[in-house]
Parts: sequence; C-alpha cells; structure tokens
Amino acid sequence: MSGRLMAVWDWIDARMPSLAEEYRKHLAEYYAPKNFNFWYFFGSLAMLVLGIQIITGIFLTMHYKPDANLAFGSVEYIMRDVSGGWIIRYVHSTGASAFFLVVYLHMFRGLIYGSYRKPRELIWIFGMLIYLCLMAEAFLGYLLPWGQMSYWGAQVIVNLFGTIPFIGPDLSLWIRGDYVVSDATLTRFFALHVIAIPLALLGLVVVHLLALHDVGSNNPDGIEIKKHKDPTTGHPVDGVPFHPYYTVKDIVGVVVFLAIFCSVLFFAPEMGGYFLEYNNFVPADPLKTPAHIAPLWYFTPFYSILRAVPPLFNSQFPGVLAMGLSTMILFFLPWLDRGAVKSIRYRGTLYKAWLAAFVIVFLLLGYLGTEPTTVWGQFHFEAFFLDTRDVATWVARLCTVIYFLFFFLMPWYSVRDATRPVPERVTT
Amino acid sequence: MSNQEKIDSTRRNLIVATSVVGGAASMGAAIPFVASWWPSERAKAAGAPVEVDIATLTPGELRVIEWRGKPVWILRRSQEMIASLGKMTGRLADAKSEVPQQPEYARNETRALKPEVMVMEGVCTHLGCTPELRGADAKAEMGAEWGGGFYCVCHGSKFDFAGRVFKGSPAPTNLVVPPYTYLSETTILIGEDKKGA
Amino acid sequence: MKRFLVSLALAAGFAFSASPATASEAGYRLDRSPHDPNDLSSLQSGARIFVNYCLNCHGAQFMRYNRLHEIGLNESQIRDNLLFAGEKVGETMKVALGTKEGKDWFGVPPPDLSVIARSRGADWLYTYLRTFYRDPKTVTGWNNAVFPNVAMPHALWTLQGERGLDIAGAKDSAGHATVEYRWKQLAPGALNASEYNATVRDLVNFLVYIGEPAAQSRRRIGVYVLFALGVLFVFAYALKKNFWKDIH
Repeated sequence: MSGRLMAVWDWIDARMPSLAEEYRKHLAEYYAPKNFNFWYFFGSLAMLVLGIQIITGIFLTMHYKPDANLAFGSVEYIMRDVSGGWIIRYVHSTGASAFFLVVYLHMFRGLIYGSYRKPRELIWIFGMLIYLCLMAEAFLGYLLPWGQMSYWGAQVIVNLFGTIPFIGPDLSLWIRGDYVVSDATLTRFFALHVIAIPLALLGLVVVHLLALHDVGSNNPDGIEIKKHKDPTTGHPVDGVPFHPYYTVKDIVGVVVFLAIFCSVLFFAPEMGGYFLEYNNFVPADPLKTPAHIAPLWYFTPFYSILRAVPPLFNSQFPGVLAMGLSTMILFFLPWLDRGAVKSIRYRGTLYKAWLAAFVIVFLLLGYLGTEPTTVWGQFHFEAFFLDTRDVATWVARLCTVIYFLFFFLMPWYSVRDATRPVPERVTT
Repeated sequence: MSNQEKIDSTRRNLIVATSVVGGAASMGAAIPFVASWWPSERAKAAGAPVEVDIATLTPGELRVIEWRGKPVWILRRSQEMIASLGKMTGRLADAKSEVPQQPEYARNETRALKPEVMVMEGVCTHLGCTPELRGADAKAEMGAEWGGGFYCVCHGSKFDFAGRVFKGSPAPTNLVVPPYTYLSETTILIGEDKKGA
Repeated sequence: MKRFLVSLALAAGFAFSASPATASEAGYRLDRSPHDPNDLSSLQSGARIFVNYCLNCHGAQFMRYNRLHEIGLNESQIRDNLLFAGEKVGETMKVALGTKEGKDWFGVPPPDLSVIARSRGADWLYTYLRTFYRDPKTVTGWNNAVFPNVAMPHALWTLQGERGLDIAGAKDSAGHATVEYRWKQLAPGALNASEYNATVRDLVNFLVYIGEPAAQSRRRIGVYVLFALGVLFVFAYALKKNFWKDIH
C-alpha cells in the first residue's frame, strides 16, 4: 500500500484497534482444518444467499404494496414496469429455494461429520434456531404475492394453530388479526418478513459464527486439530489460516453456485412449478379453494408427516404435534448421538444403514408432500384398520415411523455401532 | 531468489485478474438495481405528453391542464395583451429570457411558438404557488402602473402576459415554458417538441 | 461430484419445465401448443385477435399497449389497429366490463388474462380454445371438453363454426374403462380446421407473451451471464490452485 494509504490506515487503527484484531482473530489467524471438502462450501454459501435475499428484498420493498387489493398487481408492476424489476423478483424467488437447498446440505454436513457433538452443541442449537427463523421467514414471505397458493397456504397453516387444545381458535384469531386471512394478516406478515425476522437471522448468524470460532471448526475426519499444535507457532499443525486459503477456495464455490443459480434464474425460474407455483399466478380468492394446496418443496417432508398422522379423538392436533416434533427433535441430536466417533468415515455399518434410511425417507416424504395422497393409487383390499386405502399415505406413515426411529433409537445404535479407530492427524 | 519472485508475481497477477473480472461481474450485477430507480413505465405513461384542443379557446381565455402533476396554462392572448408585452421591458428582471426557463424556440418577445397562444407552467418560481390572472383593468388592486399579467397572492410576485417576472418580485426567474409543439392549427401537444429534445 | 450435481440440477430443470398439466382436470388429453415465441407475425396476429375477440369481456390489466413494440409494431400501428376506446398508447389493456356486470351476466366475472398463460399453461389454453361444443343444457348454449360447464361462451365461434361432442364410455384394448370423444362439425365457420388451429396458435402465442413479456430478454441475458461466470470461474480456480499448492 502507498504511504498515504498506510497513514490513513494507521490513523484508524490507532483509534479502533479492534478492526485489525477481529480481522486477525476471524480471518488471517483463524486456523481451520486443511481437509475441508465439498460439504464445507455450504456455510459461506448460506451467508451469500442471506445477503442476496436481503439486497433483493430491499429493492422489492421499494415497489411492492402490502395491501390485499394492491399486492398482486404490485408484483406484476415489478415484473413489467420497473426496469430490471423482473430480475430482482426472480433472484428473490430463486434465492428462497436456493437458501433451503444450501441450508439442508449444510445441516447434512453437520449430520455426517458430527459437527453438533461436544463442544459444538451450542453452534448446532444456534443453527437450528436459524433454521426455524428461515422456515418462518419463507412462510411469511409467501403470503406477500397474494396469489391463490399464498392465501390458502397461509389459511391452512394458521388453522393448524387452531387445532391446539383450548387455546387454538383464539390463537389463530390473534395471529390472523381477523376471522380469515385478510389485509390485516398481510400487513403484519409483511412487517415480520421485511425487518423482524431478518434482524433475528442476522443476530443468530453472528452468534453462530462466534460460537464456531471460539471452539474451532470440525472436519471430515471428526478429530480435533487443536490436539496437535506446532511447538514454535502454537498453531494447529493440521490447520491453515482461513484467509487466504478458505477465502480463495470459497470464491470458487461462490462462482460455481452462481452458475447453477443463474441457470435456474434465467432459463427455468418457475422450475416446473416447484419454485414459482402455477396457481399463484391467480389472484387470491377467499371464496374459491384450490383443488390441491401444497406448500413449497422445502416444507414438503414435514407436510407429509402432518398428513400421514390420522386424526385422533376428532382432532388433527396429533398430526400437528408430529410435524412440530419432527423439526424440534433435531435440537436434541448432540445428546441422542452417543457414538464413540464423530465422523461417518469411522462409523460402522449399523449407523450408516440408519443414516441411509433417514436420507431415503426424508427424500421420499419430501416427494410425497408435493403430490396429492392419491398419487400412488389405492389398495384393492378392505381391512378394518384401513382408514384410508391410499397407498401413498401408508408409505408416508412407514416413512414417518422410520424418520422418528432414526432419532429415538440413536442412543442405542450409536453405541452398539462397531466404529473404526480414528487417525491422529487429518486425512484428505 | 528469482523462483520466489516468479511465484509471487504469478500470484499477484492472478489476484489482480480475478479481481478485475470479479469487479466487472459485480458491476453487471448492480445494473438491474440501479435501473430499478429510473421512472417506471407506469410513471412514464402518467407523465406522457398531453394533447390539447384549442379550437374553442377565445381571446383572453385561460385554460389549465395537468401535465406531470403540474398545472400548465394555455392562454389565447388578445391583441391588447400582445401589445402590452413591448411596454413592460424596463420593469422586468429578465426581459430577454436569458435564464433558460424555456425551450430555444420560446426565447423571444412573446416566449411562444406563435404569439397568439401562450403555453407556460402556472407555478410561481418563488415557492411554487399558482398565480392568478389579473387583467389590465385590475388597476385598483394592482396599482396604476399595472398593464396586465399574473399575480401570485402568496408573496406578491408579478408576471406579465408572457410569464416574465417583474423586478422587485420575490420570484427570481420567468415562469417555465414546457416543451410543446403544434400538431395542427388547433391542437397543441404539451410535453414534447417534435423537432428534437 | 460438483459436475454431477450441476448436471443433475439442469436435468431436473429440463424435466420440470413441462407445462402445468398434460391432462386437464376433466381428463381430456391436452394437445401440445405449436406456438413459436420468435414468430413476430404470429404474435402480431395474436394481438389483433385478442383485441377484437377477447378484450370486450376480459382485461389484461398488467399489459401496456406501448410495450407491443417488442413484437414489431410501431406506435401508429398500435394506435390505428389495437386502440378502440380512446385509450392512450401508454395505458394498460383494461376492459370496460365491470366486475359486477360480469358477475351478473356470466355468473362469475371473466378473469383478467395478463398471466393466464402462467397459471393454465399454453397447452391447456390451446386445447381449451379448440374444444368448445354446442350444449343445449347450459345457460350460454356452449360447453367445453377441457373445462366442463365453463361460464364462457365460444367467443371464436364465428371462426370455428359450431361443433357437437358425443362423450361415451368405452373399453380400451386392455379392458380398462376409458372415455371416448367423438367430435362433429354442425355448422361451418369462416375458417377451416387448420386455419382455425393456426389462429388459436397465434392467440396462445400472444397470451404466453403477455404473461411474461421479459421472457426473451431473460434468456438472452442469461447466456451472457453464464458466459461471464465461466470466465470468472477460470480465474478464480487458477487463483485457488495457486494458493493451495503451498498446502500438503
């Protein structure tokens, strides 16, 4: 740097030494394991998508009208009359789906490498809170275009709160601010989506990263690199400074991600109706319920579980409970997993089988949630226990059982599992 | 060592090259966001030129139409009104319309394409109130020297029948003449001059 | 691994870029719409048909007339051929029929058609507009194979003529129950079958265009963006390789 520039920097540094200190602590001298692989791109990609959504969201808010009579029209105004508006809108809609894809892959990395294990349980908990906020953010945002799916999806989900015993109906009324989803609901969802949840998300991301940096990153071998430090420098021998090594590697990850993202954005923004639902191009009509109300793809595994549980004692509440539990149980992963090793690389066949089963049922539940329950036809026989003969529902029920068993039985099979010895130093 | 320098310069070149390409890509990504602030098609349509039929406009009659949210006056000047313009020169702040408050074709004595019809924005150049038409006979309120024109009641600015501001007015400049053109003898298009900007 | 995921994503994208439905909810099989978004004369013809036959009852309130320069029409062509009710060329294609009148006359107000091609899909629209038939049991005297008991009469009947439809249950070769549709022409229209199909194709082409006028720009810009990202990838990857050769 030139002398002038150095002088300016010295002036700032003398008055705010924390700039340089934090830079060293979190970038130039944050030693991360040198064996990060493909699964380790998704954390920085998640931050990228968060930034993309915030920026496009800000610009959408400049033209969008949060009023039941004007909302749908204002989105078409953005798509047609605002210069560059259609790009901003498509980036935001593609970004929403991209966010979940990236976050699911990021969580999966945590799952396979045991990144939630001690001493990183708090990082996992912050991450799970981020995931809950993300689901809320997506749900709130989806009402804003005020299409048929926006309206009826919100109606269904708010009615789920109505199934809670005793307080349910009043709770739904309080959430909606009206007897049905209406302008009152739209305006409050707008406020929550635009500022309240984004602020919470930003705060949670900060503490998520601070908690990570205090402990140090895990790695694909699941061993702690701080165990072997260089005697002279004090740095982990298997670590490399995050900057420049991982900044430069993450840039490549960003470029590849953007290439895939832009392929979708410019050539298939609707993604066959999975990213932008066809029925949402019909303005919301409170008097006309659509034939199939389905959430967007990223909610479908949990939606499947909700649908699979039959009503008990004339209430849909057990289904709602099951759906809630299917998300909340992830919080307990650090305490359910009692395995001797962290990473799947050193786990035995028993654990791997359960993990494979979990992945399969998660994907299957996800697919089934996008379709009506009749998608696989009916059984051709009668039986007393067959409250419904839809094949898909019974498959979803089986998947739900396996899904929960993956967690409930983990304290047992993670211990029973025949693990292999972990290495002392990281492998590639 | 020369080997070390070679590596360092390759690395530096790659950093520069990647930064340049990355910077260019970022500028490209910024384009839609910056573009979104320009007036939208809806704003442009609302601000589109307005056609006015002046066939029924009688001498001395003032019509007000709206263009881009502002009142635009169309005044068919009588012969006396046109004649009065020459007598005002000494009392005007900018008799020759030197300050560019009008298109080039309106930079003349009558500040118009044709002397019989005056087109100007009815917005006082002081603080934006709409002045009132005060004929030459309004000498009781306006004083004996008054030859006719417009009077702004807010702070007392005075303009003649060509919208030129009188000395001593709070308003600093002549009334704005918008771009306009004749589509025919009896139709004016306000907001656009066919012969260019 | 990365390449696999990219091709998987693109394959998924192509697989899912089918139109919203291949069979209507009534079970009538949809024909593929043969429209060509690059055919400007087809789009112009579609604009003319839309304004003459549809705009009386339906609106396209998000489409501006002056945007039609994108399909090769200049301002005076738009003004002379497409503007009827004294609208300005910068205005949107609103309809005079109010919601209340629409509901009173048809039972349901005719929906706005700005984004109908995005919700129904081109194939649905192409088939729907060609499968109206005479039905004395309905209020309008018309019914539709793709949308049974639709409130809309056959707006293009003067072009297609009047047709009748016999729907019969039948068994296919495997013995499963199917539905058989037998069409007959009751009275001729101004156009023969292939001319009418071409007319509907042009109209559907236009509806797809007004559903997303920026579609052509979108694809064009996309090519440039992907190319730019390709160039950026080369440099970013070289940079990464350069730094990481220090490690291991």
